Amino acid sequence: MNLAAYFTYIATFVLMFLGLFIVMARGNLIKKLVGLGIFQTSVYFLYLGPAKLVGGTAPILSDAFKVYTNPLPHVLMLTAIVVGVATLALGLALVVRLREAYGSIEEDDILAQDQASAGATEAA
Amino acid sequence: MDEILIGGLLALMVVTVWGILRTRNLFAVVVLGGIYSFLTATVMVALDAVDVAMTEAAVGAGVSTVLLLGALYLCRSEEARPMHKPWGAMALSATVTLALFHGTVGLPGFNDPQAPIHQHVAPRYLNEMKQEVDVPNVVTAVLASYRGYDTLGETTVVFTAGAGVVALLRRRKRKGKDKA
Amino acid sequence: MKHDLILRVIAKILIPFLLLFAVYVQFHGDFGPGGGFQAGVIIAAAVVFYALIFGLKAAHRMLPESWVESMMALGVILYAGVGVAGIVLGGNYLDYFVLDAHSTVHGQHRGIFWVEVGVATTVSGVMLKIFYMFADRGHLDRQDPAASQESAEL
Repeated sequence: MNLAAYFTYIATFVLMFLGLFIVMARGNLIKKLVGLGIFQTSVYFLYLGPAKLVGGTAPILSDAFKVYTNPLPHVLMLTAIVVGVATLALGLALVVRLREAYGSIEEDDILAQDQASAGATEAA
Repeated sequence: MDEILIGGLLALMVVTVWGILRTRNLFAVVVLGGIYSFLTATVMVALDAVDVAMTEAAVGAGVSTVLLLGALYLCRSEEARPMHKPWGAMALSATVTLALFHGTVGLPGFNDPQAPIHQHVAPRYLNEMKQEVDVPNVVTAVLASYRGYDTLGETTVVFTAGAGVVALLRRRKRKGKDKA
Repeated sequence: MKHDLILRVIAKILIPFLLLFAVYVQFHGDFGPGGGFQAGVIIAAAVVFYALIFGLKAAHRMLPESWVESMMALGVILYAGVGVAGIVLGGNYLDYFVLDAHSTVHGQHRGIFWVEVGVATTVSGVMLKIFYMFADRGHLDRQDPAASQESAEL
C-alpha cells in the first residue's frame, strides 16, 4: 500500500485518536470539550482530503481554470463547523452551571459529591 | 510540493494536540486550541477549501476561543492530576483508530480524479451551475440553493443552541437567591 | 481596559473596518469565499471587541439585549419566509425559480441573497447573545441586587 497516497488519512487518524483519548482519559470538563473539538476537526480532514485534486483550484468558477476541487464536501463541512461551535457553546453553559452547583469542574469530584449525597439520602 | 506543505502543517498540528494533552494549565490549553484552529485553517487553504478555511478561522479560532476564555473566567480552576491510569481509554481509542484504518484501506488515495465522489453529483453542480444559478462561488450556490434545506436546518440548530444557552444561564427574579 | 490609550485608539480605528469587512464578505460571498456564516461571525467579533475595550455597559448601550434576541429569531424567520414566498408565488417550498417573474436566474440570485442575509442575522445574533450571557454571569455576581434584578428577565 502506498503510504504517501494515504497520508492525510494517517494524520486524520492520529488526531482522531488523540482527540478521543483526551475526551475519555482526562477528567477536567473544559479539557474534554477542547478534545471534542479536536476530534471534530479531524473528521473535517477526513472529508476534505479526498476532495482535493492536485492541479485544480478552489471551487470558484472562472474562465482561466478547468479543474476544480469537489465542492460538495466543503458544503457539508461548513455545516459541521457551525454545528460544532453550537455544541461547544451549550457544553460550556452546562460546565458553568455544574461549577456553580458543585464547586468543581473535575468529573471525579462531581461524581464523588453525587455519590456522597445519594448515600446520605439513603441513610436518612 | 502541496503534499509536503500539507504534511508539515499536519505534523505541527499533532505536536499542538500533544501539548494540549500534557498541559495542566487550562489557559494554556485554550490558547493551544486557538493555535490548533489557525493551523487547521491553513491546512484547509492548502487543500483548496477556502470557504471552509474562512469559517474555521472565524469560528474556531475566534468565537470558540472567546467562549472558552469566558467559561474559564467563570470557572477559574486548573486541571487536577489524573487519578486513574488511562490504559482503558488508550485501548479503546486505539481500537477505534485501528478499525477506521482498516476501513480506509479500500478508499481512494489522495488526488485520485477517478474517485467516485468526483463522478456523480459534483460534475453536475460544476457544469450546470452557470445556466441554473450563475453564481461563481459554487460552494455558496450549493449551500444556499441546491442544498437549501440543509442550511435551513443548520440555521435552526444555531438558533436552538442560542436558545439553550439562554435557558441555561438565565437569572430569575428571586429575592435571597442570586443564582437561578 | 478603556483607560489604556493605545487600545482605545486602535479599537476606534479598527472596528469600522471590521464591520465593513463583514459586509463585504456577506455580499461578495457570491464571487469569492464568504457568505452568511462568516459575515455573521465577523460582526459578532467586532461587537465583542468593542465590549472588551469599552466595557459591557457601553456594548449594551450600542446593541441592547432585546435587539440581539430579536436578531436571533428574525434570521430563521427570514429564511423560512423565503420558502413561504416560493409557495405563495406558485412553486414549491424554497423554490427560487419563481421569485422573479421574468428570469429564473434572477430569481435564484434573489433567493440566495435573502437566504444569506437571514443566515448572517441569526449567526451574529446567537454568537453575540452567548457572549453577553457569559459576560453577564460573571459581572452581576459582584454588583448590587438591584442591578442583577434589572437584567433578571433575560
